Amino acid sequence: MNIVTTRRICQGFFFVLFLWFCAVTTLGDQWWQLRGWPVNWMIQLDPLVGLATLLSTRTVYDGLLWGLATIVFTIILGRFFCGWICPFGSIHQFVGFLAKRKKSMAEKIKLNRYHPGQSIKYWILIFLLTVSVLELAIDSIRLPETNRLLFGILVLVILTWMILNAVRQTRANPKKIGFVFLIFISVWLLLSTLFNGYQTSVASLQIGLLDPIPLVYRSINLVILPLLDRTAVSISTNPRAYDGTWLIAAIFLSAVLLNLAVPRFYCRFICPTGAMFGILSRFAIWRMGKTKNECIDCHLCEKNCEGACSPTSQIRINECILCMNCLSECRHNLMTYQIAPSASGEILAPDLSRRQFLASAVSGAAAIPMLRVSGHLGGNWEPALVRPPGALPEKAFLSRCIKCGQCMRICPTNVIHPAGLQGGLEGLWTPVLNFRIGTSGCQFNCIACGNLCPTAAIRPISIDERLGRNRYADQGPIKIGTAFVDRGRCLPWAMDRPCIVCQENCPVSPKAIRTRKVFNTIDTGSKLIVAKADALYIEFQGTGPGMNQLATGDYFTVVLPSTGHRRRRIVSNWERGLRVADGLPFELPPLPGSRIEIQIRLQQPYVDPEHCIGCGVCEHECPVPGKRAIRVTADNESRTPEHALLLKR
Amino acid sequence: MNPDPNSSGLNRRQFLDRLAKAGISITAACAAGFWFHDSKGPTLSKNDQSNLILPDFSIHALGQKMSIVRGEDRVATLRMALKSLGGIEAFIKKGDRVLLKVNAAFASPAMLSATTHPAIITEMTQLCLRAGAASVLVTDNPINDPASCFSLTGIADAARSAGARVLLPRNDLFSPMTVKDAKLIRNWPVLYKPFTDITKVIGMAPLKDHHRSGASMIMKNWYGLLGGRRNIFHQDIHNIIMELAMMVKPSLVILDATTSMMTNGPTGGSLSDLKNTNTMIVSTDQVAVDAFGASLLGKSLDELPFIGKAEAAGIGTADYHKLNPVMASI
Repeated sequence: MNIVTTRRICQGFFFVLFLWFCAVTTLGDQWWQLRGWPVNWMIQLDPLVGLATLLSTRTVYDGLLWGLATIVFTIILGRFFCGWICPFGSIHQFVGFLAKRKKSMAEKIKLNRYHPGQSIKYWILIFLLTVSVLELAIDSIRLPETNRLLFGILVLVILTWMILNAVRQTRANPKKIGFVFLIFISVWLLLSTLFNGYQTSVASLQIGLLDPIPLVYRSINLVILPLLDRTAVSISTNPRAYDGTWLIAAIFLSAVLLNLAVPRFYCRFICPTGAMFGILSRFAIWRMGKTKNECIDCHLCEKNCEGACSPTSQIRINECILCMNCLSECRHNLMTYQIAPSASGEILAPDLSRRQFLASAVSGAAAIPMLRVSGHLGGNWEPALVRPPGALPEKAFLSRCIKCGQCMRICPTNVIHPAGLQGGLEGLWTPVLNFRIGTSGCQFNCIACGNLCPTAAIRPISIDERLGRNRYADQGPIKIGTAFVDRGRCLPWAMDRPCIVCQENCPVSPKAIRTRKVFNTIDTGSKLIVAKADALYIEFQGTGPGMNQLATGDYFTVVLPSTGHRRRRIVSNWERGLRVADGLPFELPPLPGSRIEIQIRLQQPYVDPEHCIGCGVCEHECPVPGKRAIRVTADNESRTPEHALLLKR
Repeated sequence: MNPDPNSSGLNRRQFLDRLAKAGISITAACAAGFWFHDSKGPTLSKNDQSNLILPDFSIHALGQKMSIVRGEDRVATLRMALKSLGGIEAFIKKGDRVLLKVNAAFASPAMLSATTHPAIITEMTQLCLRAGAASVLVTDNPINDPASCFSLTGIADAARSAGARVLLPRNDLFSPMTVKDAKLIRNWPVLYKPFTDITKVIGMAPLKDHHRSGASMIMKNWYGLLGGRRNIFHQDIHNIIMELAMMVKPSLVILDATTSMMTNGPTGGSLSDLKNTNTMIVSTDQVAVDAFGASLLGKSLDELPFIGKAEAAGIGTADYHKLNPVMASI
């Protein structure tokens, strides 16, 4: 079988597998629903996720170790992931193929010519990795203050390395080496003093913005599948909705449509994971190349060159994505995949100047500290940012979340949504709860999101931990926020209407929403004066509320003065009179001329913040249609002790 | 595929070099991957119990002493009160590093008596330095903007001109502390750093009405050592005041009731909130001082539960008569 056909089958297989994983990321007990399918496998295979979280958290979480396999094979084989596996890459390749199908040979070759702009993806990679590594870098800079021993060892290592390096050179200048070494050490010491007592965490992770795997997961999960939900192939009971997905959709659509202009635009110019593979492929054992330098320069090999890596001349190994098209296009069998370098020479390193490297690194290092000047991780935190149960404290959370949308996809109630700017620019597309959307609030005994999260930005908690049972009894249930009653919008509080839907739906036992019983006198227009009455009936002199308006069972009547008179429940009324319940007839019917009042019995809800877990079922169920009369904010969330609302009793 | 690298421009040495580099990269990646592998994921760190405690600054040899001096001139009454207890030398020895915990809570002028009066800060600083103190430090974590508080109350000027150093509460001066047997002050940020380098602590507070607790005197003044979102403790004000008194064991406390804030506390804001009660109370027992202060505000001990709680916790004596206070007037 032709190698290109093999590649296409491989791409197709992984693309279908990826779609399958997206589809089965649905909670349920059908065979096609989440039943141990390794739905995160593609994310785990992406070594940029593993590397960036390693830099930002100093751990490689669970399945992210799969990234190692990709790294090892990339070092041996080159960028096989881009050309053979990446589902986003496959989309680009396919759309690019459609776009250039009718173009002439010369046009195709022109489209696939190497463009200097292809080094932009390396800038992006360096920017994103610097963001991830900054905290570690600052900790290293502070070593003279925090760990003298390690500092000493490092200084010795560096000195040895410099000396060894000098010895290898023929014209070493000991004075110059000593000078450079001293400058280096003094700058380090100076910086360590500068960062002494540094308190603000700068750990963050932003690779998810452009890393193709989280990007494609996010786009399929939050845009494509919800669109399909609105067609006949829906896999959800009801179409899922996601707040603020316009930007996700716009980026996805742009990335796909840009293939009409340049094939694999995203892969060539943007993709930071591709850039990482480009760097890793430097020592690839096997690589593409020509067996002989001399050829007729027909450039046919570049006709369908996906990586735009110039196989005709000096091939750029770091751009070659092993599409193998050149292999089959070359009429003279000059192209091959071999151990030896191309006979026309090869370029191994990315086209990246020191200046560009520094500019990217400096911007990356500055980005998060600059964003955090806003204080959104301190006193200026956003209370609307209600995170899923098990979410780490915000700083740790932001150093793990890759914005892949898996939690939003798996959430059975569709309550988790990609954040807009609530959590600051760096919190873009991170999970936030929106209780107005979805089928319910955050379900009391659900732990799906944390157990799916590929990076443990939401911890894999147990039901026991979530509910504060058994060995977690001491710490109590996990609270994601607190509900607050808006008494100006609440029906029983503001409008003399019975309701307490929130109280009834509160899943906590004992309920975190209690009620106070009150009897409010209603405005009947004019005063109600008794014309005549017997044990059960009262007739008014004027007119009262319309037919059976008081017959809901919530209305009572009391004879004034109310002292000494008991409230009697009204069972029916007409414009000129009413009837009270049989159970409590008047022993002495009110005398003609005496005044009566109509009262409504109300239960007014109030929240017991000690028991409220912030699940938002109340907010979801509140019948006030627009801005709910009970709403959850992140106050008192367990993950942040500084957000405590109550003193522990 | 080309099985023999030698035949196509790649010599054995170059090939081995590349192989070695690839091998090293793979080994390094695998080593890093497995070394940092974490199969469980993060657990919420249970708040590590802080084991920082404030040293005991009380002078045990002196026992419980108290002096109550009446008079309109707060500097004169302070001098006399100290003299009656054996002079400043009884408290401050040569080389002592003294911390004056003043009440600088609000950015309001001294005449409104919401804060410790600068005149007695000057006086205490000078007395300490004359007694041989090596340094005097004045600090507080105020409610209003710290820099404004220290300057508008006149405290900063008074302290500096007398030779003391003013320490504004920077974030890095706070450390989480847990007070033994306390329920509320557990891993709570406290203005701890200044206490690590001193030998004596003197609490200096004005006598004020306080709407939540009933009165703000010596014990309540330690609230200004708390950091973080401390106002959460207003849910349990009497216990937090008691715990603060458990936390700080001062060498000496001075309650300035020359002009007392009788109403609208603890901010006051108007001269009509004030009353000249013309009294200076100096003691080694903060509970006794507060108990006496309550009488000047016209409040019973029942109205100020923190005093009874502090006494029950063994911090001091609410019945100040037991201390046989020196009574004097000018």
